Amino acid sequence: MMHNVGKKIKHTQDKWFLKVGRGLSDFLIYIGKISILLGETIRWTFSKPLVKRKHIFSQMAKVGVDSLPIVFLTALFTGIVLALQGAYQMQKIDARAYIANLVSLSMLRELGPVLTALVVAGRIGASITAELGTMRVTEQIDALETLATNPIKYLIVPRFVAIMIMLPLLTIYADLIGIMGGYIVGVFKLGIGSRVYMNMTFDPLVIKDFLTGIAKSICFAALIGIISCYQGFATEGGAEGVGRFTTFSVVLSFIMIIAADCVFTALFFFAF
Amino acid sequence: MIEINNIHKVFHGKKVLKSVDLTVQTGETMVVIGCSGCGKSVLLKHIIGLLKPDSGRISIDKEDITKMDEKQLRHLRMRFGMLFQSSALFDSLNVAENVAFSLMEHTDLDRKVIMHKVRSCLSLVGLSGIEHSMPSELSGGMKKRVGLARAICVDPQIVLYDEPTTGIDPIMADAINDLIRDLQDKLKITSIVVTHDMISAYKVADRIAMLYEGRIIEVGTPNQIKNTSNPVVKQFITGAAEGPITHREAALEEN
Ligand SMILES: Nc1ncnc2c1ncn2[C@@H]1O[C@H](COP(=O)(O)OP(=O)(O)O)[C@@H](O)[C@H]1O
Ligand SMILES: [Mg+2]
Repeated sequence: MMHNVGKKIKHTQDKWFLKVGRGLSDFLIYIGKISILLGETIRWTFSKPLVKRKHIFSQMAKVGVDSLPIVFLTALFTGIVLALQGAYQMQKIDARAYIANLVSLSMLRELGPVLTALVVAGRIGASITAELGTMRVTEQIDALETLATNPIKYLIVPRFVAIMIMLPLLTIYADLIGIMGGYIVGVFKLGIGSRVYMNMTFDPLVIKDFLTGIAKSICFAALIGIISCYQGFATEGGAEGVGRFTTFSVVLSFIMIIAADCVFTALFFFAF
Repeated sequence: MIEINNIHKVFHGKKVLKSVDLTVQTGETMVVIGCSGCGKSVLLKHIIGLLKPDSGRISIDKEDITKMDEKQLRHLRMRFGMLFQSSALFDSLNVAENVAFSLMEHTDLDRKVIMHKVRSCLSLVGLSGIEHSMPSELSGGMKKRVGLARAICVDPQIVLYDEPTTGIDPIMADAINDLIRDLQDKLKITSIVVTHDMISAYKVADRIAMLYEGRIIEVGTPNQIKNTSNPVVKQFITGAAEGPITHREAALEEN
């Protein structure tokens, strides 16, 4: 009797290990495939003849210009919330002017890059996966190949390059808008002098604060670009498949952005 | 010359092609007939290297395409035109840009020259004045004809047609058949036409091959096929509901 129970536990344990093992190996295979695609994309980006500039520009307009309004709103509200939250805490120690620095530091180092990346992953990543996925299931990607055109070069490179260029720019834009949001609260609501607020915003900043944020956003851009393109190319199963692969693309991008951010922040904190 | 030797292809444990052998001479029009879902499109995609066989070889003019690298394949594909069953037009580009795609991407020809070529290809398939329409505005039959124009715009030596007349009215279908014949007569194009439209098959074919259960079970001239003694082919070409094909399916269902 006891013996049997032990056997059963061992059996379920084995199953559990098997499951975890399989999950882990699937994940590693996925990472491997994405890395291969990343390598191919970089190779095709620099292989001659170069991708036509108009293809890249039209993608840059989609990724960058069209994202301005939503990034504006997200960053502005974040700046306002940061300032109000900061004011609530700083009031207790009578150090309200410090909210200026709190807002600028948080925006530059953390919230600017992360929020912009999340917004772009939701807006652009999803649309890339859905578009490429539809092209896959309607055989347009096959058709491209029969017309002697490499799909990675023609479809992925322009999108990838556009994200790599536009996400850092959008991040700088978000930083500025967030600081403006804080300024509105600090100057018009809390009565901190405009000159004082601006000084408190920029004086304590060092170039490193800015650069770490940009480094993060470059990394997020690569994640969003490669995950959304990979998911699009891997799509199968008709319209239903397009929905499924798009959802997974956004979910995975979100998780990877947050995880990478955690790693980065720890790294910058301990190493530099 | 296109030689297909003993190719096998399995999808998710399902054997779609089991030992297919077929030879198509240069300048010949080969029609491949067979039931829906028997692997005709899969066979075509193997010939242009979109799919790789699990085993076997496919050679175009004695060159084995299953061993070609990306660059060689791209080079080879410049000689091909392919019409997809679903047309597969690029829906972000308009009709003219679709048809002109290869010329725009791979040649330095003047825009005027390209547009002239595009218009002549479109008029060949009976579509004029729709250069600026988007694919989403076209009917299925029109899309197919645009797909055909795109396939022949690069003056290919080999054209693969996947069900060129499906979804097209009979009069237009006959015009498409004439076009396929014309291309072969005038330009000595090698063609492989996949279809289950027997009128079209008899009209365009030099030879007809029947694909059944992953194999080519019969190859012959239209006359030989009409007078076949093979009961499977006979049922298919006469379109009878009763016969070995349906009996076999019923038997498979029961298992
Ligand atoms: N890319 C693919 N992945 C998995 N199965 C496929 C794929 N392409 C075709 N098949 C399967 O192969 C079989 C033959 O398909 P197809 O060649 O399209 O038939 P048809 O003769 O009607 O053109 C079908 O059962 C289809 O489900
Ligand atoms: Mg088919």
